[in-house]
Amino acid sequence: MSATSGIMVIGEVRESALTGVTLESLSEARRLAQAVGGEVCVALIGEGVASLAATAGRYGAVKAYVVDGAELGVYRSGPFTDAAMACIGAAGPRAVLVPNSGNGREIASRCAVRLSGGVVNDVTALKAGAVGLLAAHPCFGGLVIAEKESLSDPQIYTVRPNSFARTETGGEAVVVPLAADFTPSGLLARVVEVINERAGAVNLEEAAVVVSGGRGMGGPEQFAILEKLAGVLGGAVGASRAAVDAGWRAQIAQVGQTGKTVSPKLYIACGISGSIQHKAGMQTSDLIVAVNKDPEAPIFGFANFGIVGDLHEIIPALTEELRKRQA
Amino acid sequence: MQTVVLVKQVVDTEAEKRLLPGEWRLDRASVENILNPYDEYAVEAAVQLKEELGGEVTVLSMGPQEAEEAIRKALAMGADRGVLVSDPVLQGSDALATARVLAQVLRGLGFDLVLCGSMSTDAQTGLVPAALGELLDLPVLGAVNRLEVHGGSLKAARQTDEGAIVYECPLPAVVAVAKGINEPRYPSLRGIMGAKKKPLDTKTAADLALELGAVGLGGARTRVHAATSVPPRAAGKTVTEYESPQEGARLLADFLHENKLV
Repeated sequence: MSATSGIMVIGEVRESALTGVTLESLSEARRLAQAVGGEVCVALIGEGVASLAATAGRYGAVKAYVVDGAELGVYRSGPFTDAAMACIGAAGPRAVLVPNSGNGREIASRCAVRLSGGVVNDVTALKAGAVGLLAAHPCFGGLVIAEKESLSDPQIYTVRPNSFARTETGGEAVVVPLAADFTPSGLLARVVEVINERAGAVNLEEAAVVVSGGRGMGGPEQFAILEKLAGVLGGAVGASRAAVDAGWRAQIAQVGQTGKTVSPKLYIACGISGSIQHKAGMQTSDLIVAVNKDPEAPIFGFANFGIVGDLHEIIPALTEELRKRQA
Repeated sequence: MQTVVLVKQVVDTEAEKRLLPGEWRLDRASVENILNPYDEYAVEAAVQLKEELGGEVTVLSMGPQEAEEAIRKALAMGADRGVLVSDPVLQGSDALATARVLAQVLRGLGFDLVLCGSMSTDAQTGLVPAALGELLDLPVLGAVNRLEVHGGSLKAARQTDEGAIVYECPLPAVVAVAKGINEPRYPSLRGIMGAKKKPLDTKTAADLALELGAVGLGGARTRVHAATSVPPRAAGKTVTEYESPQEGARLLADFLHENKLV
């Protein structure tokens, strides 16, 4: 058997396109490939996904291993793991990069069990190690950055969205179709319904701009002003734990230690005090802006720019101002 | 209905965390320990299923002896008995080594359903539930915010960015619940008193006949090479005085322009 080499990115598909973190991982893999030897490849898993090889190629994949089938039409961790294992088996990569999403963590974990391997999760930087790759992983809510290594062959890392630049290099990926051997226990979970009530919304973890509302919003209707601002900025709307627990926003929108961790270029906190558990979910944002009527709010202690005032007046005025400047 | 709920004791999510001087380990003595908030939803789901269908709820945890407090809280919420795996040789287990230990206990317990939280708020790996499904060769469903059990099967909705995927699958299965699946109850005084009398077994690695090479620091397939403290974010500019909301908005827009964000 030949020695493992190269980097495989497990592609993630949302609404018929590769997710941002997939393109970011491919771009970073291409930058790292020289250091570990071998080439960059992508695993495309789903139904009707072979055409995404062209996009993957533009972002650095030389080969696209494609497992396409009706069993993979909707995400199920078992069959998706079987498919990922088929791709890993065919490519023999030294390292595997998986999106650090709900689906990605499950696939990474299950592949690691099968490979007797180790997963380093939520990686924000990668570099060449003595063998394979070394990763930076923020822990304790961003208090510490640990340098961690997956000791297995292949190594397995899950990558945090917005950690790497997307670089289109204009290559082409050769498509390698594969068949997966589906494990019976994984097929036991049958999909009975798919609900797409938020189709088309900007994904919170992948958004370059996140506009979040907290207790200071005062109620669920008030989030409309954040939706408008997010619309102008091409961003997503998040919420603090207080706003989610009050029932104003869906759990899926919560930013913080019991919600999502986001690292956008810009985080706008509206009516959010900035508690420790909230800070843990957003403090790796490039820039933080806060609007809060309480000058003593902890958020002003770590925001890059803060305005003490009524968000119900300032946010609509900001939306208007940005619209004017865009025109 | 035999349900096993997996729980973990974690440091309080509201606490200001500090590192031990000269080390990069968390100073656990300086903060309160709590039942992992995600696990409260799993315990509540298990107790609700027991109330509906009968049966028994076992709480399983791995950790230091103090983790008994987290198990007692789950017992106070209505679970029936606890199992704590505690052994110095298990220290340093990574997520998958932890899953190997828990899987070994589960093999000996017998169950219809394993419930867990989506992740712990300390390590935040979210890797354990899927690893358990793999190790036990069972279907595993994660991020579940709606769960029903009928006869020998379950129906579960997985929350997604777009909405949800609804699955049906036969028992036994492993289910990781999302925050918001229910409203975890506060233990009553009677529950708290009763929890002290509920059975709680402590098991060691030897009791479980664990392969020692697969658990603890030696069994971890991840390694920390170094760690650096991140300097706290400094406060930037805070504007308190401006003539009108429009003026405030202009200052904010200027800041976004200066930083090339618009």
